[in-house]
Amino acid sequence: MMKRVVLDWVAVLVSYFLLGLIRILTGSQARWWGCPPKALQRIYFANHQSHADLVMIWAALPKELRHNTRAVAARDYWTRTPFKHWLTSAVFNVIYVSRDRQASEDPLEPLIEAMSHGDSLILFPEGTRGFADEPQAFKAGLYNLALKFPEVELVPAWINNVQRVMPKGEVVPVPVLCSVTFGVPMQVLPGEDCPTFLQRARLAVLALRDV
Amino acid sequence: MHRALRNLNPTEQIGALFIIVFGLLMVGGLVIFLRSMREFDDPQQGAQHRDELDRLTQLLKTSWLLVFVFWLAWLAGDISRLVLFALGSFFALREFLTLSPTRHGDHRSLVLAFFVILPCQYWLVGTGQVALFTVFIPVYVFLALPVTSVLANDPKQFLERNAKLQWGIMVCIYGMSHVPALLLLKFPHYNHKNAFLVLFLVLVVQTCMVTQHLVSHRLMQLGKRPAVPAISQSFIWRAWRAGMAAGSLMGALLSGITPFVPGQAFALSFIACAAGSMGHLVMKALKRDRGIPMWRGQRTAVTGAGGMLDHIDALCFAAPVFFYSARWYFKL
Repeated sequence: MMKRVVLDWVAVLVSYFLLGLIRILTGSQARWWGCPPKALQRIYFANHQSHADLVMIWAALPKELRHNTRAVAARDYWTRTPFKHWLTSAVFNVIYVSRDRQASEDPLEPLIEAMSHGDSLILFPEGTRGFADEPQAFKAGLYNLALKFPEVELVPAWINNVQRVMPKGEVVPVPVLCSVTFGVPMQVLPGEDCPTFLQRARLAVLALRDV
Repeated sequence: MHRALRNLNPTEQIGALFIIVFGLLMVGGLVIFLRSMREFDDPQQGAQHRDELDRLTQLLKTSWLLVFVFWLAWLAGDISRLVLFALGSFFALREFLTLSPTRHGDHRSLVLAFFVILPCQYWLVGTGQVALFTVFIPVYVFLALPVTSVLANDPKQFLERNAKLQWGIMVCIYGMSHVPALLLLKFPHYNHKNAFLVLFLVLVVQTCMVTQHLVSHRLMQLGKRPAVPAISQSFIWRAWRAGMAAGSLMGALLSGITPFVPGQAFALSFIACAAGSMGHLVMKALKRDRGIPMWRGQRTAVTGAGGMLDHIDALCFAAPVFFYSARWYFKL
């Protein structure tokens, strides 16, 4: 019991430490270009180029939205060590998804459960980190979720510059101002098929780069 | 005025000064407020008037902030003062490098710049090692940084990348660190009052910049053409001369808080203002090269936070020139 309380406190402290760190390093600027920050149920989907993306977009959200907006993270990577596991579950309260598809389970199951509770999601539909300038093709999860929860707003977001903070293979981050631009909420159009929608969503994210 | 100021003790002097400065800022605010009451029949004229007032308000805010920060720095004492300026360097450099993209191969050099060179430079200032701190960056760092970059095995745009990094370090770390370094100048019969020099420099340079801005704005309304339109829409020689005159006169008036006689204060202020205003123009050229109107970049740019460099670039150029001129002339 005692240990539980202490760990909770540590989690809170670590979250403030990380927020402070990311602010000093990146300025963590949120640009609400297409919609205001509102306590609506939303799925934020963004380009993914760095481990810091998750913290970035989380830090860019106002405090009131942060506690019920949960990022989606790959289970195999983020539970590999006890520290990573603790960091992602206790501090960020992420939702784990399995990347290795087993026939018996639906990988979207944990996301659907969280959304039924009214949580908002932060999703990186590329599935993995990319290193090119433009995001890779999006995976179908976003489309399937959108069909299941048609009333939820899908908000595209572009995370800018984070890959410069800590390029692949480096361990010490450098301070560079970064920003997250939130775009106009979108929906699946009636009768729209999966590839068309995913292409549209990807372009919506990409378009925010030049805003 | 300067004789009266000179006869006060340091605490009274600084008190009087801040009362004068804060008073002037308040008068400025009042003028802007009164002018905002004016009404226009022509909506276009009204919009123009509002734009102008917005710019003035912005300028006034900057001045408030600068004076307030330096007042805090004066109250805070040596170490917190150094930390304050070091943080200023840090944020300015962060801004500079955000808008001057570097490549992956520069990562180690960037780490060095932020986490080794910057603290070292301020540590050298703090420990009063004048001989080393004046050459640390231009000699050791500038020769060592390209070595770090070259080991990353990336020849692409090598000279350009190094130039960017070195410029950033020169302005944001080297230039800025000379402001607190003014405390290291040991003038005879001027003990424990060096903090005034910092204030002196800031007030003089800010006076020059504000005057230049106001005059050039007025001249532009009268249809005067800018001198270097590809770089700055607002740089006009006549406005520059007005700014120089105002800054230098301000310096002469303030000579009571410095170790200089009014003539010397005038000359040194003139030098500082020249370096500051020209440096500001140089930074404008760098911004133009990057295709941005401000380091902050308002709505269009990717980096929302900051805008710090816009406000301190003149000071970063003025400080080292002022420092070495005074040091050379007074043989300190």
